[in-house]
Amino acid sequence: MRSTFVRTLTQIASHDERVVLLTGDLGFSVIEPFADAFPDRFYNVGVAEQNMVGLATGLADGGLVPYTYSIATFATLRPFEFIRNGPVLQHLPVRIVGVGGGFEYGHAGPTHHAIEDIAVMRTQDGLAIASPTDYEQAASALLALHDYPGPVYFRLGKDERRVVPGLRGAFHVGKLEVLRSGGQVALVTTGSISPEVAAASEQLAGQGIDVSFLVAGCLSPAPVEDLLEHLRGTRVAVVVENHSRNGGLGSIVCEVVAEHSLAVRVVRCGIDGHQPHGSGGGEQYLNDWHNLSASKICETVRQQLAVL
Amino acid sequence: MSVGDAQMQSAASMAHSVRRLVLGVSKRAGVGHIGSELSVADIVAALYSSVLHIPSPTDPARDRFVLSKGHAALALYAALYLRGWITREELTSYCSNGSHLGVHPERGTPGVDFSTGSLGQGLSVAVGAALAANITGSPRRVFALVSDAECNEGAVWEAAMFAAHRRLDSLTAIIDLNGQQALGYTADVLDLQPMGVKWAAFGWDVAEVDGHDLGALVGTLSALATGGRPRVVIARTTFGKGVSYMEGQVPWHYLPMSDSQYELAVAEVGGRE
Repeated sequence: MRSTFVRTLTQIASHDERVVLLTGDLGFSVIEPFADAFPDRFYNVGVAEQNMVGLATGLADGGLVPYTYSIATFATLRPFEFIRNGPVLQHLPVRIVGVGGGFEYGHAGPTHHAIEDIAVMRTQDGLAIASPTDYEQAASALLALHDYPGPVYFRLGKDERRVVPGLRGAFHVGKLEVLRSGGQVALVTTGSISPEVAAASEQLAGQGIDVSFLVAGCLSPAPVEDLLEHLRGTRVAVVVENHSRNGGLGSIVCEVVAEHSLAVRVVRCGIDGHQPHGSGGGEQYLNDWHNLSASKICETVRQQLAVL
Repeated sequence: MSVGDAQMQSAASMAHSVRRLVLGVSKRAGVGHIGSELSVADIVAALYSSVLHIPSPTDPARDRFVLSKGHAALALYAALYLRGWITREELTSYCSNGSHLGVHPERGTPGVDFSTGSLGQGLSVAVGAALAANITGSPRRVFALVSDAECNEGAVWEAAMFAAHRRLDSLTAIIDLNGQQALGYTADVLDLQPMGVKWAAFGWDVAEVDGHDLGALVGTLSALATGGRPRVVIARTTFGKGVSYMEGQVPWHYLPMSDSQYELAVAEVGGRE
């Protein structure tokens, strides 16, 4: 999604001279096409994420639409208070781009694993959050939110090949994308883990299990109406995300279900941040360790169906 | 730059009014931060009487001002009132329920360009505003008023590096060098000296002035920077300037005035506004 983001932003910038791209010294072999096309609107601000967000705040006041780019942890957590007091408090159109959800920076280790970014950013009312499932949806999300009046956080994956079959890049602000509906169990997911969940959904359906598959590419504004519509009548909602079980999509679903008294059991499949020391590894290994691989997701669904 | 008599008179008149308004409005609200507001009263008056080019507070081409030390907002509100951008009623609503004039300034109040209050953030925003002017080809200038203790924050130096690296000479930072912070003297808490040497080492054009000399302030702040370097004006100030019992006294970072303290202060600054 990184290259897709840069390619799409370059296209947008070719007819919107308000676009400015700032990077905190990251994006090697990814960000160059924009830098080459628009050297006057590209700034490597150095390893200084707080200043990057402060700069973006001042740029947005001046009528520009700045995008700040870094690894998701550094894009959101280090400058969080700058985001809060800058674009959010002052309603300015800053776009924060964080790359690598969950374990996408696997071997880089826990400092690079974005497992709280959604939870933290979701506390900011007025900040839109896009968490695209694949590169096609990332492009759509960028186009759909470029002119959004307030600030936006884009949580982008690194993969440029895997897609969610049948989605074809569909993205709507505040909506779910419904790939299969009406099941007694619903798989609900967001972000770059989605192709894995799509594979689980295919396997389960192939085994004759009645499963819905709902994709939340937009987490804020939350897809409340769509969740109500598609979870009503469902027995179990299995929410899968490469993020902490606390504060992300699983929490959104729990809030919607509880506040509207839906008779749905919610199972939150996410990351337990208390990973034992010495259990590092690559993305696939870590996803499987945290029960987020397609086979483990299928196992979870079967266990839930067995106790209905 | 020599400063004309009319300009001096206007700056002096505004400084006098800002001090008197700060005392009256903060007494009415029962709110502190008076020492900081008196420390910057002359700087704010110099800017708003004679330096900032602001045809209207909504003109996109206006100069920008970031009160990075947001806790001195009442001095800014007084200047906005004296420029006619907020009403007397709004000014005296300071810190009352439902007012948009709180202890720290918020964007949306006419004349307040940016919300501040969390120290260390304003200079970055000012640098961004200067960069925006560069990108869009605007001749507008940007000023940020930073407290000396605010330079404890690392993000100030992130912003300082970027502004120098990008040669943003439409930017002027003013350091309110009063030598005090919330719990003590800066020399005791976290020594900042030599302040000018630090900024020079970061690539800034450094000017030092008496922060209560209106002629020096107006002259230095009006001068356009040359050579592509952002300018820092280190303004040596006295915390609580103008009220003898507040001058240099740490507790006046927070304390509100009693009735008798208020009467004494009013007498010292030449009456009520």
